[in-house]
Amino acid sequence: MMDGQLLAVEDLEVSFATEDGLVRAVSGVSFTVSRGEVVAIVGESGSGKSVTVMTLMGLTRSPNSRFAGSARLRGQDLVDAPEQALEAVRGKEIAMIFQDPISSLSPVQRVGAQIVEQIRAHEKVSKAAALDRAVELMSRVGIPNARERARAYPHEFSGGMRQRVMIAMALSLSPSVLIADEPTTALDVTIQAQILDEIRQLSAESDAGVIFVTHDLGVVADIADRVLVMYAGRLVEQGTVDEIFYDPQHPYTWGLLGSVTRVDRDPPRRLPAIPGQPPSLVGTLEGCPFRARCPHAFDRCRELPPLAPRLPEAPGHLDRCWLEPSVKRVRRQAGGRIGLTEGAAS
Amino acid sequence: MALDSADDRGAAGVVVTAAPRDLSPEGRQPSAIGPWRLAGRRLRRNKVALFFLALFVVIVAMCLLAPVYSAHIAGIGPNTNNITGTVSVAGKQQDVVSLDGVPIGPTWGAHYLLGADTNGRDLAVRLLYGGRTSLLIGAIATVIIIVLGTLAGLLSGYFRGAADFILRPLMELIWSFPVVILGVALGTALAIGGIGPVKGNSVYIPAFIIGVVYIPYLGKPIRGEVMRVRNQDYIDAARVQGMGHWRIMFSEIMPNVSSTIIVFVPLILASSILLESYLSFLGAGVQAPNASWGTLISDGLDYLQTTPTFSLIPGAMLVLTVLSINVVGDGIRDALDPRAQVRVRT
Amino acid sequence: MARFVTRRVASAILLLFAVSVVVFGIFEVIPSYNPARAIAGRNATTTTVQQVSEKFGFNKPVYVQYGNTMKLIFTGQIVDYSDNLNVVQQFGQRFPVTASLVIPAALIWMAGALLFGSLSALRAGRLMDRGLTVAAIVGVSIPVFLLAAVLLYAFAFRLPWFPNTGYVQLGDNPAEWAYHLILPWIAIAALSVGFYSRVLRASALDVINQDFVRTAKAKGLSERQVFVRHVLRNSLMPIVTLFGLDFAALLGGAALVTETVFNLPGIGQYEAQAIGNLDVPPIMVGAMFTAFFVVLFSALSDVVYALLDPRIRLTG
Repeated sequence: MMDGQLLAVEDLEVSFATEDGLVRAVSGVSFTVSRGEVVAIVGESGSGKSVTVMTLMGLTRSPNSRFAGSARLRGQDLVDAPEQALEAVRGKEIAMIFQDPISSLSPVQRVGAQIVEQIRAHEKVSKAAALDRAVELMSRVGIPNARERARAYPHEFSGGMRQRVMIAMALSLSPSVLIADEPTTALDVTIQAQILDEIRQLSAESDAGVIFVTHDLGVVADIADRVLVMYAGRLVEQGTVDEIFYDPQHPYTWGLLGSVTRVDRDPPRRLPAIPGQPPSLVGTLEGCPFRARCPHAFDRCRELPPLAPRLPEAPGHLDRCWLEPSVKRVRRQAGGRIGLTEGAAS
Repeated sequence: MALDSADDRGAAGVVVTAAPRDLSPEGRQPSAIGPWRLAGRRLRRNKVALFFLALFVVIVAMCLLAPVYSAHIAGIGPNTNNITGTVSVAGKQQDVVSLDGVPIGPTWGAHYLLGADTNGRDLAVRLLYGGRTSLLIGAIATVIIIVLGTLAGLLSGYFRGAADFILRPLMELIWSFPVVILGVALGTALAIGGIGPVKGNSVYIPAFIIGVVYIPYLGKPIRGEVMRVRNQDYIDAARVQGMGHWRIMFSEIMPNVSSTIIVFVPLILASSILLESYLSFLGAGVQAPNASWGTLISDGLDYLQTTPTFSLIPGAMLVLTVLSINVVGDGIRDALDPRAQVRVRT
Repeated sequence: MARFVTRRVASAILLLFAVSVVVFGIFEVIPSYNPARAIAGRNATTTTVQQVSEKFGFNKPVYVQYGNTMKLIFTGQIVDYSDNLNVVQQFGQRFPVTASLVIPAALIWMAGALLFGSLSALRAGRLMDRGLTVAAIVGVSIPVFLLAAVLLYAFAFRLPWFPNTGYVQLGDNPAEWAYHLILPWIAIAALSVGFYSRVLRASALDVINQDFVRTAKAKGLSERQVFVRHVLRNSLMPIVTLFGLDFAALLGGAALVTETVFNLPGIGQYEAQAIGNLDVPPIMVGAMFTAFFVVLFSALSDVVYALLDPRIRLTG
């Protein structure tokens, strides 16, 4: 393992046994997270991005779940680890901020107490000392009157403030890896920018690696160093944020980029959406998962393309598409910009 | 680079491959099935519930056929005393009731299958007739409770106002009385005088009493459900469309509370049968000469130390019946609950 | 808080009044109801019966009778028809017996329900849960009098481990007091343990799937810590409501079957006898006594809710 590399996920597979059959939520996902970098995972609902990060925390374990592959956090595998080992790591080495702060914080406990609980779960400190630290953390994330507010309940805070509490709680033990699962989706756009700043600043200060799950490309452009694009439980493209935005190699990524409406252009007659639905994850899907919706699919697509670098000048830029890079450069132009279909772009 | 394009392109520019269902690009779709059929399927898979349902059906059938058993097999009625008679057991004639008053034990034959009581009555016949009475009372009470309880809940929950003003305190009042005490008080009072044309020792009296006592136990939850449903937007939409109150109640609200009602039916049936046994045990339920499992147990307890079977056999039948209903009811609740914790085998 | 208390007191008074009217009314329905004759005795002459009737006011109109009865109740002078005993005094004497029966039984069944319900929820769907579910269903399918009879037969008669019947005062001999009450405690607790553990299980399973429980787990708390500190605390509400009512009813004499079978001279036994004898005063006092507890415990439940969930304010 390279120095500075905190997390190495290799061939992660997560499946759930249901009444309708085995649902393969995550198939063959591999990536790394290093010190100080922000890795964004993008994809639509059901792409497997949340399941992936929850599995890193061990939150998907149930009698009906099946796992394969590994996820090594500083050498220790999280997928196979016994529950007690995971308990020692959760919150301390790897912490998570959830999407909806009102439902993710305990409604019957004061927020200060919840942060204290996090601290005392891993460190032997007195309640008073832990509370002092909690108050300090709360001020650091931008909550005014922190000592007073620590005695308040979650429902007495606004959405943005609640999320700051969650951030304070997650960073309280200086974890090596911070996972943010759509932390701004439930917030106003104006608050969103503040929260992103908060996350970026705090993680830079502590040199933690951040995994940021989102479906919002605007957020990705803002905060990410590297991007992972997921579709139907698989990684379909992976690269630096510049590579993904300026030289995307996978048709699904083109679709994602193409569906973002741009402020600096006239609005299109029709919003360019990707036609069709994601495939069912029940059972094994043969071939490229995107081919049912891909206008560029051809018969080789019946065979699953491996996630591999296909550009000699960008060895870190991986994708799963059989098309030749030169063809891709042509095909991804849809009406003067990057997109999936001609659509009705102006 | 030319593309292989041996496949058809559909109208939307999407490749449609001729492939078996499992290999289709959309993946294997889960079957589309409504919530009732889904519940039915889950219930059918619950072997234990099915077993007890069958057991319950057998018990009911046996009890309903009591007259047949009495006339054709045992040859004696449930209230026919036979102190001086004899019965043929394994070829020998034995006294039904011995000279010192000890009745015969189980003969395992057609006559006096389970033995006789101190009056020479055939216990098996009494057991079946008693069961018939207990089940009949339970069934009638259940019908009363379901009909009136649902009505009360609907009226007070939907119309509020005058209906709620009368019905709610009324339900609360009945509900504040401990069930057994109210039942016994009513039972004692009505056993003597009856109600109107119905005589005091009629079987319908306990059924009526149990019905009245338990109405709030259904009426209050239904009222709550109705109030919750009524606040939904689609009810407002229906009103705006011009739907009348009654039509809304029966076509919009009822289907939504029907699953609550269905879950309650077995619960109410079991409770009614149990309450009848309590009332009969205390002398406030079924009156002589009629018998129910409760009266049989009560009569038998006098002989607990000498002949425990007098009370234990009807006791066992009672418990088995109520148990079967409760297990089936549990199964129904599990089948209707989408979050049932089930371990799935793949 | 003051508004809460006044509202509760007001509803208590209303309920007591309504309850007394209902009880009085039930017995007015009986055509053959003749308390004068019951008091005078079987062999009394018509004149005696008439004298009794006048003395107790049975010949007066219904509402006057009701009024008199209520007055007697509240001045503590009300007397029962069967044995001419002061009802309020009887209740006073018998209450410790009922309390001795009900309070420890309630502690046992609640402890059991918390334990079994929690285990069931934590191991939901697995063998322990299925086993406990079966036990719970069996528990709610057995009538108390049958269970009591079987317990007596098995453990007091066949295996003479426990005494047959009767009650020993706590003050006289604590060991004997408990010894006599063990079987009745088991009878009452066995009935309710199954029911309450299932309620807790259902409630806990609802809570376990909520987001904040996931957060608690993500903090690295152990399974036990997550369950006790987060799940359990939020699952207790339905139990608190149900328990308040059950307990109130039992204190008011709802355990009459158990008291009768085990021959414990408590309030339930008194009420059962009174009902059998169509003896109205004890029944009225008993019903009001129960109603009082119902309101009291319902108010206490509300206080407990407010303690458990700070979002709830006691508005009354």
